[in-house]
Formats: sequence, structure tokens, C-alpha cells
Amino acid sequence: MLAQDPLKNVLYIDLSKRKFWIEPRPELFEEYLGGVGVGAALLEEECPEGVEPFSPEAPIILAVGPMVGFYPMASKTAALFKSPHTGNLGESHAGGRSAVSIRLAGLGAIVIKGASDIPVAINISENKVSFIDARALWGLGVGETGRILREKTGKPGARSIFRIGLAGENLSTFACVVTETYRHFGRLGLGAVFGSKKLKALVITGHKSLPVADKKAYHECYDKILKQILETDSLKKYHDLGTAVNVLSLNRKRSLPTKNLTQAWFEEAEKISGEYFAEHLLGRRLACAHCPVACIHLAALRIPYEDEPYFYKTSFISYDYELIYSLGSMLGVGKAEGILKILAKVDDLGLDAISAGVVLAWATEAFEKGLIGTKETLGLSPTWGAVEVYLEMLEHLARQSNEFYQTLAKGVEHASQRYGGEDFALAFGKNEMPGYHTGYGCHLGFLTGARHSHLDSAGYSYDQKLNVPEIGPEKLAELLFEEEAYRQILSSIIICFFARSIYKYEVISEALKAIGYDFSPEDLKALGQRILRRKYHFKLREGFSFEDLRIPKRILKTISPHGQLNEEFLRRGIETYKEILLKERL
Amino acid sequence: MALLKVVDVERCVGCQLCMFACQRRLGLGGTSRAAIFPKSRGGLSRGLMVIVCRGCEDPSCAAVCPTGALKPRKGGGVIFLPHRCIGCGFCQEACPLGAIFWDEESNKPVVCIHCGICAQYCPHGVLAFEKEDK
Repeated sequence: MLAQDPLKNVLYIDLSKRKFWIEPRPELFEEYLGGVGVGAALLEEECPEGVEPFSPEAPIILAVGPMVGFYPMASKTAALFKSPHTGNLGESHAGGRSAVSIRLAGLGAIVIKGASDIPVAINISENKVSFIDARALWGLGVGETGRILREKTGKPGARSIFRIGLAGENLSTFACVVTETYRHFGRLGLGAVFGSKKLKALVITGHKSLPVADKKAYHECYDKILKQILETDSLKKYHDLGTAVNVLSLNRKRSLPTKNLTQAWFEEAEKISGEYFAEHLLGRRLACAHCPVACIHLAALRIPYEDEPYFYKTSFISYDYELIYSLGSMLGVGKAEGILKILAKVDDLGLDAISAGVVLAWATEAFEKGLIGTKETLGLSPTWGAVEVYLEMLEHLARQSNEFYQTLAKGVEHASQRYGGEDFALAFGKNEMPGYHTGYGCHLGFLTGARHSHLDSAGYSYDQKLNVPEIGPEKLAELLFEEEAYRQILSSIIICFFARSIYKYEVISEALKAIGYDFSPEDLKALGQRILRRKYHFKLREGFSFEDLRIPKRILKTISPHGQLNEEFLRRGIETYKEILLKERL
Repeated sequence: MALLKVVDVERCVGCQLCMFACQRRLGLGGTSRAAIFPKSRGGLSRGLMVIVCRGCEDPSCAAVCPTGALKPRKGGGVIFLPHRCIGCGFCQEACPLGAIFWDEESNKPVVCIHCGICAQYCPHGVLAFEKEDK
């Protein structure tokens, strides 16, 4: 690490005392690069064993990595915290301008501790932190909060605005944090942790310079990487139709979870496909800072006011595959416009869209089966495709209007323990299921991934590329472990996973060298495994157990491209993954 | 002389590759010395704008410079002579586009030299480096 590189600076903020200080921690970044690597180490330092996720003592760690501000698609921030949703390791990533703003404010990580007695926002610029009285912002939606802060705080173009909505304020355990209106720290409830600290928003501005070790090598390396990004077909796909391109292909393969996975294909898939959205609704495309791909697709939704003719409002709503799955096929909503309405509500309330959809899908089936009734739902009758009912339910959920909605606001694992319907409560490690029913690979990935997210490893991709039933659970678990370990490096330096085909160990090693970091491809490989083991060390410390992992019966019942899935296969996979993980000590 | 032009700002996705390219030209990471600045029009849903020197033939920044540190450039824009600059900041105030940026470290203005490197790195056809027929 170059002596002048500001990555080593860790900003500590104590919300209880309204104090902040910076500690240079070069040793952390020299050992763990940044992002998830450094974040996991800081979490271990700062998070007391067994702490309640909403306790003032539970920290929020935000970390970026060395490649940010230097290379294309190095645009993510990793957040680490104790998840109120799972009661265990919380980790989510977001792009937008978050990472570049943090790095160019001269920081590598931010640790937020304590809790404020009144709602506050934090404003961070180069070498300065101020606390803003946010009492006037409490109770406002994500959109309005952003609009207000944008007027007075930070520098446009060089700033990131993190904020929460009603769901975070009211401590729904799957509340998210939104940055730049369209990017999210989505999963595992960071928004609720913000809420528990009365932290409504965090604005950070940065546009410093960063030193280069070898200018010639840096230029060459940059151009080589950018050329590959621009020439890669899979990335072009993300630019053209966006991730929504997956709707039709997964539907064709009978892998698109539909109506709470009572089926794995959707008769109305055409009407909610990436192609339909692009042709009829796409209004604008956007990029995260320093990313030429521009995968963010905004639909322009024009809605007439009922009370006056020729009076419309037009909203721009960002859509992606996962949200079309969770708020579309999963809820039996076969109209793109309907999905967008729900999505706009989910976004403004500040809920994780995947969990929100899966929770509503569970409630719909539980209602159908009579496990809950209109007494619980406050008079609403959820049925597949009932957009208006879902909109009202989401409002109740974010406000936690009664005991049922309070329970629902903690996720399907929690709700099914209270009301029954565990067999169709689609959660893995208590985290709601992502949009893939491609076979053994995806489900083993959800079960074993440290975040129980589809992005932990590449299970759904192995399902589509390899003959998974033939290679067997042991080999599959090995592949998933290797991929997850590799992704720890991506999320430490910290690169968007969409660029994973370009940033291989050798490329990363070379790119790092030009900016003063010396890691051989072998070092990186070993480090990835070490970071993953460290995360699991935390999980086990906080009570995670592989044996306790619940496999929802529904995934075994609904036919996948591998036929009917066998629980034994998945259990053997989990066992192998555990063995590989625990083979080496930290 | 060729000039940098923002040919269609509606195509801008806000990737900021132009800004990083401008900075990289100096052998640096980050953005503080970049002379081009894409930002939203008040929230990304409204789209973007790209703040950069238009290459005025009769530049206001040069007109207000008390020391002759900014000299009109043949074909448009200005040439910056740092040794003459006293860091007064008049140029920044005078430019109606806000296209004179400030380098806090040297306390001197940062202004586009119309080298066109940003246009080379714009992947979406927002910028072009055009020869003027005059």
C-alpha cells in the first residue's frame, strides 16, 4: 500500500456521544484488502458476542476497497452488521456512487456505533463530519428524504445519499437502505439497524486524488480491462435489456418461481419479460459511478389522477430480474405496470424487494389455506395478482398496523412459526428465497452461502451449465465453496459481481500491483478462503448451525429442471460444505 | 484546432468514465483534478448533465483573470499558465457554466485543455472531439 493512499483511514462515529475520529489502520487493508475482508475483521472487533442487533452496541461497518476510484466497475460498498432478520451475520452490498464517494473522501471504512436519542443524519465530507437534526425528516419516504437532502447537503455528482424509509424507522427486519434513489443495501435488514440508531440518512461527498505506483502499468491495465468489459457479450446483455433478460429464459427452463413456488413457470411471463419492459416502459438507463455497463433500467410509469382529466404523474422506477420475480411471478402479477406500482411502494417504504414479495406470497397462500383470515389482514383478501390489495398490505406491513403485520414485518420464517405454513415459507437461513428454482445448485447455494443469497456463489449458474445431478453433492459443494471464496476477493477490492468474468485472480493481481498492492494470484486465492472462513467463524459464534438449516418442503415438491429434488442430496451437500469450511482453522 | 463537444447529453448514463479518464491523464486515480463533471439534474430520474468547458471564442474566464494566467486559445477555450496564477478564483466565478473547477491542493483552477481524451472513453456517444472548419 502506498504511503499516501488514504484507504487505510477508518472513520469511527459514535452516535450516542455525537463524536467522530479517524484511525489509520494500514495493517487491516494490507492483510484483507478492503470491502468484505476488512469489514468482517472490523465486525469481529466491534460487535460484542451475542449482542442484540438493535442494541446501540451493535455496529454498522461500511467498507470499500483499493480498486475503487481506479478501475471500471469497482463501484460497490460492503456493509457488515448484525442482521436483525436472521440474528446473525448481516452483509449487503450497494453500488451507485456510494463506494467512489467514500474512497474519494479519503476513507477505507466507516464504523458507526451507538444510537442517537433523536433522529439524525450524518454528513461526511473530506475530513469533516457533521450531525444533522433529522426530526423533520422522520416519517418521510425514501424519495422525499433524498429530494430534501439533495438540496442542502454535499456536492452533486460526487456524493452519495444513504437513507431509510418507514420500514426502517419501524424496524421491519427486512428494511433496506437506499442510495442514489435506485441502488440498495437490500438484504438482511441494514435499514432496520439504521432505524434502531435513529439514523435516517448518511450523506458522503468525496473527490480526492489517489496515488498510482506505476503509471504506465496502470494505464495499460485499465485499457485492457475496459476493452474486455466493452466486448463481453454477457455485459452487453445487461446494458441492453438489463437483468430482466432472465425472465423468459428461466421461464422456458421451468425455473421461474411462481405463486409462492406452487409452480416454476408463469403463464403470463411474456407480459412481464425484460423484452416487454424495454419495448413498452423503458424510459432511461443509468450507471453506477465508473461503470460503462449501465445496467440500471428505469421504467417510466404514467398514472392518471382519478379526480381530474388529463392530469398525470410520471414516475421513474428501476426494475431488475429479482424484483420482477418477487413482486411479479411470485405474486401472480402478470402485468408489468402492476409490478411497477408495487415496486414503487416497496422502494419508497424502504423494504427489501425480494423479501417483501416472498412474504406477500406466503401470506397469500396462508390466506388461501385459511391459516390467516381477514381479522389478521385488516379486512384485505390477498389473492394472486391482486395489486391493489398488495399495495395496502405493504403499507400496513411498514407501519406494523396490528400483530399480524408486526409478525409479517419479521419475515416468513418468523410468520410461519406463529401462524403455521412452514412447508411453504420460502426462506433459507431465515432469508427469503431469491428467484431461481433451477435445481440443486441454486438451493444448495442459498443454504450454504454466508448471506443465504443467490449472489454468494453461482449455484443457479452451475444448474444451467453443468450436469449437477451427475457430478453429485460433494463436488457441487466444492464448486460452490470455491466460487464463494473467489467472490470474497471481488467484494473486498471491491468489484461488481457482473464483472466477474473479467476480474480473475491474475487480472486482479496485476491491477493491484499498478496501484501499490502486492498480492499474487495464489495469495488472493488463499485470502478469499480465509475471509469466507472468518465470516463463518462469526456466524458459528453467533449460533449458526448447519444441522439446523431448514429446507422448505415446497422446493422438494415443485418440479425443477432436475426433476423432483431429493432432500438427501441437499443434506449431503451441506455436510460437505461444512467439512471443507472447517477443514482449516482461522 | 479541435474542440471537445457535448453532442447529446440525453445519452449520458452517468457512468463518469469521462471524468476518470481526464484524471488518469495526469497519472492519478480519483477525480479532484478532472476538468469534466457529469452530475444529475437534481436526482437521477431526471437525467444528467455534463459540466465542461464549451471552448468560448471570447472566454469570460480569461477576461476577468487579473494576471493573464488564462489566455484565450486559438480555436476556442483557454490556455492556463499556472506560474502566473495567484489563486484569486475570479475565473471560477465568471464562468456561467461552472466549468472552471478548483484544485484545493494547489489552490488553482482546473480547466479543460480540449485534448479529447474523455471523448475517447465515453462509451455512450455523449461526447465528441471535433475539428472546427474555420
